[in-house]
Amino acid sequence: MAQSAEHVLDHLELFRGPEYQQMLADKKMFENPRDPAEVERIKEWTKTAEYREKNFAREALAVNPAKACQPLGAVFVSVGFEGTLPFVHGSQGCVAYYRSHLSRHFKEPSSCVSSSMTEDAAVFGGLNNMIDGLANSYNMYKPKMIAVSTTCMAEVIGDDLNAFIKTSKEKGSVPAEFDVPFAHTPAFVGSHVTGYDNALKGILEHFWDGKAGTAPKLERKPNEAMNIIGGFDGYTVGNLREIKRILALMGIKHTLLADNSEVFDTPTDGEFRMYDGGTTLEDAANAVHAKATISMQQWCTEKTLSFVSAHGQDVVSFNYPVGVSATDDVLVALSRISGKEIPEELARERGRLVDAIADSSAHIHGKKFAIYGDPDPCYGLAAFLLELGAEPTHVLSTNGNKAWQEKMQALFASSPFGQVCQAYPGRDLWHMRSLLFTDPVDFLIGNTHGKYLERDTGTPLIRIGFPIFDRHHHHRSPVWGYQGGLNVLVKILDKIFDEIDKKTNVLGKTDYSFDIIR
Amino acid sequence: MSLATTQSIAEIRARNKELIEEVLKVYPEKTAKRRAKHLNVHQVGKSDCGVKSNIKSIPGVMTIRGCAYAGSKGVVWGPIKDMVHLSHGPVGCGQYSWGSRRNYYVGTTGIDSFVTLQFTSDFQEKDIVFGGDKKLIKILDEIQELFPLNNGITIQSECPIGLIGDDIEAVSRAKSKEYGGKTIVPVRCEGFRGVSQSLGHHIANDAVRDWIFDKLEPDGKPKFEPTPYDVAIIGDYNIGGDAWSSRILLEEMGLRVIAQWSGDGSLAELEATPKAKLNILHCYRSMNYISRHMEEKFGIPWCEYNFFGPSKIAESLRKIAGYFDDKIKEGAERVIEKYQPLVNAVIAKYRQRLEGRTVMLYVGGLRPRHVIGAYEDLGMEVVGTGYEFGHNDDYQRTAQHYVKDSTLIYDDVNGYEFERFVEKVQPDLVGSGIKEKYVFQKMGVPFRQMHSWDYSGPYHGYDGFAIFARDMDMAVNSPIWKKMKAPWKEAAKPKLLAAE
Repeated sequence: MAQSAEHVLDHLELFRGPEYQQMLADKKMFENPRDPAEVERIKEWTKTAEYREKNFAREALAVNPAKACQPLGAVFVSVGFEGTLPFVHGSQGCVAYYRSHLSRHFKEPSSCVSSSMTEDAAVFGGLNNMIDGLANSYNMYKPKMIAVSTTCMAEVIGDDLNAFIKTSKEKGSVPAEFDVPFAHTPAFVGSHVTGYDNALKGILEHFWDGKAGTAPKLERKPNEAMNIIGGFDGYTVGNLREIKRILALMGIKHTLLADNSEVFDTPTDGEFRMYDGGTTLEDAANAVHAKATISMQQWCTEKTLSFVSAHGQDVVSFNYPVGVSATDDVLVALSRISGKEIPEELARERGRLVDAIADSSAHIHGKKFAIYGDPDPCYGLAAFLLELGAEPTHVLSTNGNKAWQEKMQALFASSPFGQVCQAYPGRDLWHMRSLLFTDPVDFLIGNTHGKYLERDTGTPLIRIGFPIFDRHHHHRSPVWGYQGGLNVLVKILDKIFDEIDKKTNVLGKTDYSFDIIR
Repeated sequence: MSLATTQSIAEIRARNKELIEEVLKVYPEKTAKRRAKHLNVHQVGKSDCGVKSNIKSIPGVMTIRGCAYAGSKGVVWGPIKDMVHLSHGPVGCGQYSWGSRRNYYVGTTGIDSFVTLQFTSDFQEKDIVFGGDKKLIKILDEIQELFPLNNGITIQSECPIGLIGDDIEAVSRAKSKEYGGKTIVPVRCEGFRGVSQSLGHHIANDAVRDWIFDKLEPDGKPKFEPTPYDVAIIGDYNIGGDAWSSRILLEEMGLRVIAQWSGDGSLAELEATPKAKLNILHCYRSMNYISRHMEEKFGIPWCEYNFFGPSKIAESLRKIAGYFDDKIKEGAERVIEKYQPLVNAVIAKYRQRLEGRTVMLYVGGLRPRHVIGAYEDLGMEVVGTGYEFGHNDDYQRTAQHYVKDSTLIYDDVNGYEFERFVEKVQPDLVGSGIKEKYVFQKMGVPFRQMHSWDYSGPYHGYDGFAIFARDMDMAVNSPIWKKMKAPWKEAAKPKLLAAE
């Protein structure tokens, strides 16, 4: 018996002892296991070009996709508005999943309700669920706004949110003037970034275009302010705070739309803040008057920006600005649109990032990377790697489309370091596994699920993405802006140095290179 | 911090009753009426806890429950390691449930084991409009080609499947025939079915019956020589290795475990179970159905057991041994004796740090009662408990064997009620799930996830009890809870902003 009260062994060590190892070996005979030689043969076969070809010929099956479904994005947007309760119309299990998923990433509470539709609602429609659900949510959680989206169940049976909400108000579920914006967010279309887009557009449409026919449409009176949209982002806490800091330094009047940087980073001080921070409803409405709307993530905001543009604003979008040039572009655009100068302080920050890159680039230059994730982060990180003289050899986005692929290829074509790089839209992490075996790279950048690829292929994983479940608190630091670029640079460098040390630490064999100065 | 220890039973009863009345006030009348049936103060001597259960959740209240798919794919089927479990429908369900249950297993993942892979048909609009059966056929072919060592495939239906009229049973039959009798199991666990995960467990159990047991050759020879001591572990999902720290005890007492359902389990083990002499059932809620079926069809008795905490472990080992001869009975005593020094040392170390501390639980279908003994072994007291998806038979077992007089009982509790209860009762520890964890920690209440063991475990068996004790101590006695308030601010009591 290995267990003891003095040194309690948990699963990390307990099962490695001889008693458990023997037990597990003995269990095999009941499992009807495959011949170990056959397992080995198939394992090796999955590493081959032949397997890769079959794998890439897949038309129907997805294995380890790097995307989630629309309502997750809708919930993410909704909590970015003051006092707003996300309400997802459809089956209740979905909501349990979104809440768990967000809590596991942010290590924060995630509040959201469901209309809990079951079999009878599948037959008769979910109107009664909406009527009761809105009344209950309104009374229990005292929200300032309830933002409705849908699960695939409600979409398949064709529930009409506009009509349902109208009826619910007539039945007195919530006061007639209470804000209940909505968006249809079918899980079988697009991904969580599409849901972000649809939900944000739904909220803006509600405030700007007459609250579903219950109020006059707002007449735009252009002012000097700017709207900023972050997009779906695992680093929303750090990134939005960084954007706010930059805008304050530049003295730009702005509205940050769907600002969930507070609600996903509340203090532990004895109070549970179900709602915290967020774009005020007044600001959301007044955002119609802004001079321009800037999106930090093009692929999260295509519909929203075209809606905003139709209201007469200038719109500009970026692709997850990481690094020197991407941040330059954002600052120059902000300056151009606002007429405000870029302050010296930011120029100094820029200089520090350039300085850091110059100090360290010898260790990154020429290294090959694979990246996967949402379309915008993939672009932003690839652009930064090119800036560092590294090669983003494989860039894969399960929820990327053809237009994304073209934009990625254009980026690769623009740099001498991008000449052999490839973008893979619509592919999953089992495709990535083949790529890493047949065309290996030095490092992999992706979310927590990349640890399976790291284990299988030996490619060291640098965790940047969503979700990150198995490392803590990184979402609190920005990856955008010059400061964020520095954070990303350090993350990459730490991994590079750790790997060099790991490869040179064998006493008397490789440790001549085990340098203390690098 | 605890109020419970300084109050009489009558005072606690009155406080709890008042608390229930108070939370009900927030609801519209119709909802208050419905919720009132799910909340109670336990009266000792009653045969159940006096609450309604397994009833539809009320829209908009922030129920903590999940769905039938979660009960089937997430709980029952997902851990079967040598089968590919396809999340059939849109991408989300499989994505959110990917790897989150910590069902440990040994195998070469992606080659002969598939638990931590996310297989999905990733439905697109055209699949909804034109039906998904053609896509499913192609998917099965692709699984066969790319994962040739899989021993079977299950099709875990997501909501749209049942709504668009797909015939996954026909596809399964046809493809099974085409692949020479391969096990392909269609599961109708669409998320809108039933009221919680619970129906998903039942549907998953029925799928084992219909698509595995019913296809066995009636007099098929087992692949190993049977012994009089063959048992199957039913309803242990090997979370953090729970089934392993249980199996070792059963084997030490002289039994032979021929199958694990379903943690670290395999298709061969499921198929061999009708040869067991006794099915021992840990999670009654999720696997009583198949246990009853095996009793009726194959004449295999089953017995419930509880491997949380030394009191219940010893009781259970003796109960299990009671089905066997003296050799096994002696074996049980030998095991209990062997681990007594460990038990003594764990209790000596941790009980003094935990004595008198109070706990509120809200978990799934087993642990709201099963872990109570383990807390009591450490001198802790469970002052409130409730089930996410329990039925009345769970509340009966709870009342008859576990909870004390005047315990606060809350079935299908929601965010609002649970926060209010904890705020007022002020337990020293809350044990519930990830969605609850950070809410209570913000309020300054120590918390342990009691679904996933908060990434620790195992908690089953004697080895697990040591870990359980360590974890509860580190939660309750973490120095951080003394730093809740800034020294320049008044002492803050836990309170809710949202509901003010």
